[in-house]
Amino acid sequence: MASETHTGLDSPKGVWWKPAHRTERLWVGIAFAWCLVLFAMMPFWHWKGGQNPSGIRRRVEPAKFFARTQEFIKQYQVGTESGIPVVEPPPGADIYLTALTYQWIPVLRLRKGAEYTLHLSALDVNHGFSLFPLNVNFQVVPGYDYGLRVTPTEAGDFRIICNEFCGIGHHTMVGRVIVLDESGNEVGRSGGAQ
Amino acid sequence: MTAVFRACPVTGRKIDAQAEALIRVNAVVSIVSLLIGAIAAVLLVLTRWQAVHLLPADWFYRLLGVHGMSMLIFFILFFEMAVLIFASTVLLNARQVAPKVGWAAFGLMVVGAVMVEVLMFAGKADVLFTSYPPLKAHPLYYLGIILFAVGALIVVGLFFANLVVAKRERTYEGSVPLVTFGAVTAAIIAVITLLHGAAIYIPAFLWSLGLMNMDAQIYRMVWWGLGHSSQQINVAAMVAIWYMLGGLTVGAVVLNEKVSRVAFVLYILFISMASAHHLLVDPGMGSAWKVVNTSYFMYMAVLASMIHGFTVPAGMELGQRLRGIGTGLFDWLKRAPWGDPGFAALVFSVVLFGFIGGITGVTIGTEQINIIVHNTLRVPGHFHATVVAGTALAFMGATYYLIPLIFRKKVAFWGMARIQPYLFAIGMVIFTMSMTFAGSFGVPRRHWDISFSQAPFDLQFSPAVDLLLALTAIGGLLAATSAFMFIAIAVVSVFFGQPLPDLSGGYPIAGVPLGLTNPPRHAPDVDARNAELHGPKMGWMGPAPGTLALVGVFLAAFIVYFFVNWKVLSFVWKIG
Repeated sequence: MASETHTGLDSPKGVWWKPAHRTERLWVGIAFAWCLVLFAMMPFWHWKGGQNPSGIRRRVEPAKFFARTQEFIKQYQVGTESGIPVVEPPPGADIYLTALTYQWIPVLRLRKGAEYTLHLSALDVNHGFSLFPLNVNFQVVPGYDYGLRVTPTEAGDFRIICNEFCGIGHHTMVGRVIVLDESGNEVGRSGGAQ
Repeated sequence: MTAVFRACPVTGRKIDAQAEALIRVNAVVSIVSLLIGAIAAVLLVLTRWQAVHLLPADWFYRLLGVHGMSMLIFFILFFEMAVLIFASTVLLNARQVAPKVGWAAFGLMVVGAVMVEVLMFAGKADVLFTSYPPLKAHPLYYLGIILFAVGALIVVGLFFANLVVAKRERTYEGSVPLVTFGAVTAAIIAVITLLHGAAIYIPAFLWSLGLMNMDAQIYRMVWWGLGHSSQQINVAAMVAIWYMLGGLTVGAVVLNEKVSRVAFVLYILFISMASAHHLLVDPGMGSAWKVVNTSYFMYMAVLASMIHGFTVPAGMELGQRLRGIGTGLFDWLKRAPWGDPGFAALVFSVVLFGFIGGITGVTIGTEQINIIVHNTLRVPGHFHATVVAGTALAFMGATYYLIPLIFRKKVAFWGMARIQPYLFAIGMVIFTMSMTFAGSFGVPRRHWDISFSQAPFDLQFSPAVDLLLALTAIGGLLAATSAFMFIAIAVVSVFFGQPLPDLSGGYPIAGVPLGLTNPPRHAPDVDARNAELHGPKMGWMGPAPGTLALVGVFLAAFIVYFFVNWKVLSFVWKIG
């Protein structure tokens, strides 16, 4: 196998650092350019796009975050549903949503087109925030407050699925978000649109 | 101890008896793990198929953990240990250094694996594969993983020792073969990965004993330094096997050693914080960190895969053309040995890894696109395409050659072996595509009941989801059937197989891959032919025009999929 032309199973003899054929260089060049596009899209979306997972992030004691959620509930509660408090904060408010096995507390009533700062955290273990049917997903980690500026762009009746395994009752963990239209009316389920 | 060698009757290489024995035991334990993982897989898909919904909730989550550990850790790593020993001894005509240490390391890995399996089946470790704290398993679960990892680290050390000794004893001339070079990159990444493993499982072990605190976010970051980097070991090992199978089945040549080797080095340099892919919508890290690390520093590791995705098939095309097979664009492919399971497995592994696994992986690992992906079924849809349709299938193809070469046995149930890669590939295409589409409806991964029958609020997925999950189950059952066929073939060949007959006749023999009975040898004037194919005669598309056309199709698919995902993302709420 002294040949110059050899398979990957043979030891190349002598110096193998040789210029590549132009076809190979062409493909490497195209692939490299594409990699740069892949990369550039992320900063571009921070600049021009409307959906970014940046948020305001800070450490927080799980118990303190839960206490802050209770305070938030007391401030804006308008009812109760399936034993879970329902709150309707004013546009622009800081919203506190606590995940705990196996509930999302509280139920939220938001206004279409208004911006809120949604604080997510967990009281016990990791949970996953998955807004159905929009398919918007965030990790909810105990000990961390994830503050995301959200603007609901459509009215409807939404669900929050827990999509991080959190224990034996994981599949029963569903929360609710109602988005009212601009004039504050509940619209039917626009949900099933997917 | 003096090494005892035998000469391989097929390739003429010297094989050390100790190395051979170590390759055998690692391969056997690997197959046993595959069996456990595949049985769990069948039960899992039959549970997620909502109309069947076989397992109760506790056993669904338990077996999900068993499936992950058995497949992604034990099956793959035991096989990779065999690959490392093979690449550092057999391929270099070299001896196994310190075989007793090799046996001790193997023993440690087996003890660790058994501990983990026992604790999971006993319900003492219902924390799934990732074991995110504060979910807590029995301390011995973490200890089992540590023992396994220490054993693996020792084998990797022996691999490097083998290389050094082979070089010193001059068992080969020139540089190591490209396949061994690929194995070296896999081994280096393995060291990085296993150190991450130590950095997270030792604290987790102490935490489970109540001796220290554990931050949930830091665990996720360091754990994925193990969890994702270990997939880069698989990628490097798989690509090395692509080059190996290409050479064995169609005489694939290395287009350019420099390009292929630099691509391997890119894997080592830029896997950096591969854990970022899992933390894109986590609260612990800022956007700059996420953007830099998720892109493997500007996608330089993706570039490496795109290079191999060209050089592997181009080397195969050229290997065929050099032997006068094929004149048009795709003749070389049409006239390839499709009945050789090693070849079929190679082709499907390359195509499914690239088209499904690669394209989805890069897309969903984009910082913002991850918002519409994280923890949905799109994630397992992606990684089953890379690690199962890609890595596992390549390992299966390699096994059809290792059985005659290392175990010196004929491959049993030859007719079944010839169709096994086809069945596996079809099953995995159905499985991964349907899972990915179900995930785009927001169907969560790791979930027992998406009818949410016991939840406080009703939730109804589109009826299309039921169909997709049924397809997932059917695809999964096809692939699992194929995996059971593979296990039966491997076990029967190794333990009850017929001894390898004389292969020098040059005619096909049932039970022996074509690449061994009729090796794709190149003519003595191969260098002249090669120069001609690289010359102006071939036009602007160069020596491998068929491959250039195929990678063009790949790139087009990639671009479309990537930008469709940005479009879909733009429809959701404003988030910042």
